[in-house]
Amino acid sequence: MSAIFKRDLRSYFTGMIGYIFIAVSLAFVGIYFLVVNLINGYPYFSYTLSNSAMFFIVCIPLLTMRSMAEERRTKTDQLLLTSPVSVGGIVTGKFLAMAAVLAIPMVILCACPLLMRSAGAAGIASDYATLLAVYCMGCMFIAIGMFISSLTENQVISAVVTLFVLLLLYMWDDILDFLPTTVTANMIGCLVAIVVVALLLYLMSGSPNLAMVAAIIGAVAVIVVYFVDATLFESLLPNALGILSATAVLETFAFDFVFNWPGLVFYLSVAALFVFLTAQTVQKRRWN
Amino acid sequence: MIEVRDLVKRYGDHVAVDHLSFTVEKGQIYGFLGPNGAGKSTTMNIMTGYIGLTEGDVIVNGHNIVEEPEAAKRCIGYLPEIPPLYTDMTVTEYLRFAAQLKKVPKGERAEQLRRVVELTHIEDVQHRLIKNLSKGYRQRVGLAQALLGFPEVIILDEPTVGLDPKQIIEIRDLIRSLSGDHTVILSSHILSEVQEVCDQVLIINHGKLIASGSPAELEEKLAGTTLSLTVKGDDPRAVEALLSPLDGVTAVTVAPGADPGELDVRLSCARGRDVREAVSSACISAGVPILMMKNGDVSLEQIFLEVTSDETGESPEQPAGADETPDADRADGGEEGQQ
Repeated sequence: MSAIFKRDLRSYFTGMIGYIFIAVSLAFVGIYFLVVNLINGYPYFSYTLSNSAMFFIVCIPLLTMRSMAEERRTKTDQLLLTSPVSVGGIVTGKFLAMAAVLAIPMVILCACPLLMRSAGAAGIASDYATLLAVYCMGCMFIAIGMFISSLTENQVISAVVTLFVLLLLYMWDDILDFLPTTVTANMIGCLVAIVVVALLLYLMSGSPNLAMVAAIIGAVAVIVVYFVDATLFESLLPNALGILSATAVLETFAFDFVFNWPGLVFYLSVAALFVFLTAQTVQKRRWN
Repeated sequence: MIEVRDLVKRYGDHVAVDHLSFTVEKGQIYGFLGPNGAGKSTTMNIMTGYIGLTEGDVIVNGHNIVEEPEAAKRCIGYLPEIPPLYTDMTVTEYLRFAAQLKKVPKGERAEQLRRVVELTHIEDVQHRLIKNLSKGYRQRVGLAQALLGFPEVIILDEPTVGLDPKQIIEIRDLIRSLSGDHTVILSSHILSEVQEVCDQVLIINHGKLIASGSPAELEEKLAGTTLSLTVKGDDPRAVEALLSPLDGVTAVTVAPGADPGELDVRLSCARGRDVREAVSSACISAGVPILMMKNGDVSLEQIFLEVTSDETGESPEQPAGADETPDADRADGGEEGQQ
């Protein structure tokens, strides 16, 4: 694992990608820093971070696109998978290497609150807490990008799909605002979700009976709940999907100055989930 | 050393490896021989743990590749068909990475690195980026990687592909020098290579083991069963009628020879029967002068071609059943060779 971590980390800096990633991140946040804090004089660096976090949408795919895809294309995965290292170790090593690259601009950005402090007031504690939250969110995005990269051999496809997914995650709250809140609409939404889950079950297990049973149980449950207490469906979907909002946690850090522990746990557990899924994808391909 | 039992690999409906069983003994060089798509690479990929298996067991040095993958992989060095090289690294960087990956103890890394570089003759390119190396050098860097850690089993998938003749000889010498301490398994479709280098040959086709044994054994098996003659005469039928009743002769084919008045005769005999004496006395008493007689000179190449084409083009109404008996023998011999 440590061998893979070191090799990957180094490879980001033997090529251009590592430097480009750091430069673009710093430039992007730097512009916001200049405008928000230095010109307009807001004393909170956390505002800058929260607003400029969208640099992830462009930069993270740059970092993750080749992680798994390139290994498969050049067949170097054969070296990794035939060496005495577990698949989990390989994937974790790669993830940590990317997390380490992401840490570099974050460490440099640590200078910003101090800079502001030297010129006047700065919410040092909330600024650093927000930096931590941004970093954890970045790690989550990296895990998602790595997972997408493990699905393809093509870096470009990997980058484009990751970009799209991250954009969707970033705009999640805005999209949810368009969802209807009425009871009937939400009930129909639930039924659609059940059908989707049943289809996924069928695709994963290959058993139509299991999928049918799951769909019927789900549908019956929804209808029973509808007749017992229909008001439960009010705004159900927007609320349920809202839990998955990636930026909500960051905003509590940046604007409410709350150290949102559960939020950080959410980021890191989603990251862990996608690292796990990446390992599973690699395993599944081995056994096909 | 390595035991493969009833190995099956299916891709959907396609069976890539079909109930393959063999045992590999320590310190010998094994050659996997087979046409393209025979399942050589798939078998190697399964043995090294790169891909999973559908059924069966692969035991490396007492470790099951599925149950104890890390312990089993530690005993194996593998050079796949396409060397798994990171082209943005220099040779030394790459080998250092491979040594770490294979968990070579820190103190031994520098020494081992020096040794594999020396063995594969890549001293001159050590500090160059792999992407700037020629195919032959890349192949050798891949081989150096497989040797790192000096594992007990070294598996090489077509190790001499892309090398020039001088390099091929060097690599063969290297492989030969590795036997004894290491078990080497290599695959190839170059028969002369297998014949020259390997102690044992496993011929695979359609994912099945169809023959095995040392090159000499395989040759002997087939060589003992055919006899070539050139006789003086014009009437092929007479010669055929003369020779086919002989005890031990299973089939006779007669064709006009190179010069007029000569006939080329090919006899198939029951295994282990020497019919030369009977043939010559029969010819003499019938007044047919023998111009030339020799035991069938078969190379591994012929065995390979016959054995593999039997598998694909099996037709029940083969004329005269000429090849049936030797085939059955060879299949038996294959089984014996395994044990």
